[in-house]
Amino acid sequence: MADMTVNKASSRPRGLPRINSRLVVMTLYLVFLLLPIYWLLNMSFKTNSEIVSTFSLWPRDLTIANYITILTDPAWYTGYINSIIYVSLNTVISLAVALPAAYAFSRYNFMGDKHLFFWLLTNRMAPPAVFALPFFQLYSSVGLFDTHIAVALAHTLFNVPLAVWILEGFMRGVPKEIDETAYIDGYGFGKFFVKIFMPLIASGIGVAAFFCFMFSWVELLLSRTLTSVDAKPIAATMTRTVGASGVDWGVLAAAGVLTILPGALVIYFVRNFIAKGFALGRV
Amino acid sequence: MTLELKGVSKSVDGQTHIHPTDMTLEKGTMNVLLGPTSSGKTSLMRLMAGLDVPNQGQVIWQGTDVTGMRVQDRKVAMVYQQFINYPSMTVYDNIASPMKLLGLDRGDIDTRVRETAELMQLTPMLDRKPLELSGGQQQRCALARALVKNAGLVLLDEPLANLDYKLREELRVEIPKIFEASGAIFVYATTEPEEALLLGGKVATLWEGRITQFGATPSVYRQPVDATTARVFSDPPMNFLQIAKKGDRIEFGDGQSTQATGGFAKLADGRYTAGFRPNHLEIGQHAPDAMQFATKLTVTELTGSETFIHLDHFGERWVGLIHGVHELSLGARLDVWLDPRHVYIFAPDGTLVAPAAYALAA
Repeated sequence: MADMTVNKASSRPRGLPRINSRLVVMTLYLVFLLLPIYWLLNMSFKTNSEIVSTFSLWPRDLTIANYITILTDPAWYTGYINSIIYVSLNTVISLAVALPAAYAFSRYNFMGDKHLFFWLLTNRMAPPAVFALPFFQLYSSVGLFDTHIAVALAHTLFNVPLAVWILEGFMRGVPKEIDETAYIDGYGFGKFFVKIFMPLIASGIGVAAFFCFMFSWVELLLSRTLTSVDAKPIAATMTRTVGASGVDWGVLAAAGVLTILPGALVIYFVRNFIAKGFALGRV
Repeated sequence: MTLELKGVSKSVDGQTHIHPTDMTLEKGTMNVLLGPTSSGKTSLMRLMAGLDVPNQGQVIWQGTDVTGMRVQDRKVAMVYQQFINYPSMTVYDNIASPMKLLGLDRGDIDTRVRETAELMQLTPMLDRKPLELSGGQQQRCALARALVKNAGLVLLDEPLANLDYKLREELRVEIPKIFEASGAIFVYATTEPEEALLLGGKVATLWEGRITQFGATPSVYRQPVDATTARVFSDPPMNFLQIAKKGDRIEFGDGQSTQATGGFAKLADGRYTAGFRPNHLEIGQHAPDAMQFATKLTVTELTGSETFIHLDHFGERWVGLIHGVHELSLGARLDVWLDPRHVYIFAPDGTLVAPAAYALAA
């Protein structure tokens, strides 16, 4: 493919400028991809009057006031804290539940195991809106409404199946003989699982944790429905910022930038395993 | 110290893997389980180890019933055909792990790990991870872990099958020597008759989940109790010829017959199956009373100093192993000779009627 392009280009009559099509396509692609993010970043460093009044490709009047507002105003930064709390809780619960479940699916045959495994995935087929009402009513009646654990538990409905699927793929890749050798050597199940088995599927655990984190972090509907004040997530805060003075564009943009950051950070750390994770470990 | 299987059987999903089996293994012996793939070698080992629980029967270890006991509480060690080590630990920790679990003293563990590593020629690799080693070294690491535990029962499930030829030869000589000193019961599964003969000790031949014979290796080889055992304990498998004895003639094929010589002369009239090993077929007449067979040559395989000839004898497929390299034309008639002293005679149901004369003499 590459050779062909080069040949074509060299057979072109001299004098015409050579167009590097690969460069053009790549640049266009990156521009389209990054433009919204750049614009968000751009806005977050502008003042509200500049955003509303003029069109500027970069901030004329560079300011970090928007970020200061977010980091000092409890109404804003508690949103982040709430989000981080329930996302972490959710990731921990999901993995703690999914690890033994995935191990059982990968190692044992039991009645209906294949159906159960598939049924797990069907949980992901229903839109979260379906579950908003039952969760809201249930949590209100048992007093869990507006707590971090409420959101974390609601999100496990989607994250546990996903984590089981990912982990099962990774676990299947570990030969059963390793388990048996460990038992023969005298390891009990718990010790074997933590000391020998988990290091072997560490990348799988990382990928599963990443997917749980991401889903829980971006999910808005359930987290907004199930909270009001004490556990209000940042995404909900951002949608309720229309004040008497209109929309506070700059602060909103800064909040957006800060919301993207954790995800970007997590992706950076698991970037080498992501491809394997998307293949659910079945590579 | 003995391991006794009493009427042990195992079936999974209605398929019988092991038919009821009785077997007693003695202290300090090498016991080879010989059989083709899926003949039940691994299933039997797993029952011995306690990894699987038999459907019926008991496993008795030193007089106590250990059927259904957790494998952690049994004093066994096992090495698999695949190189199984703990990939996240160094070779040192791999070898040390069974002793750590036994709660031995740190200094003790250290000396024994280093001793064993020396024996297995792993000393320079102690700080490496198993996956950074070659196949042979990985398997030696697994063997070291099995050895260091001082288990009373050591199970080796085709430990050399995945190694290349050279390493296999090396380890095959080393393994019996290394383990001999420990005085444990060894069980060694293999598909290769040659390996069983090299390891010595006792051999149990397996066929479709049954032990067909269990005894000292040379005697099982020379005097198999039935045709199945003879077939299993011969590589390439033993050749068979359906014969009928009538008077002083033996009849076979489409009306061919030959003079009954040697052991055949004393046979009562009737139908038999004659069996002979591939290396006993000859393409020249070396004994005056050798029987001559007209066959068609279908395939030749050259191994360098030897030639395998695949023959068609009136629909029966024979394999012969002859020394040297020969110019033979495929599809042509080839006369082969067989010394009657090399022929085993089995009844139609497979039980041995008369072993080959050479086997009795040896």
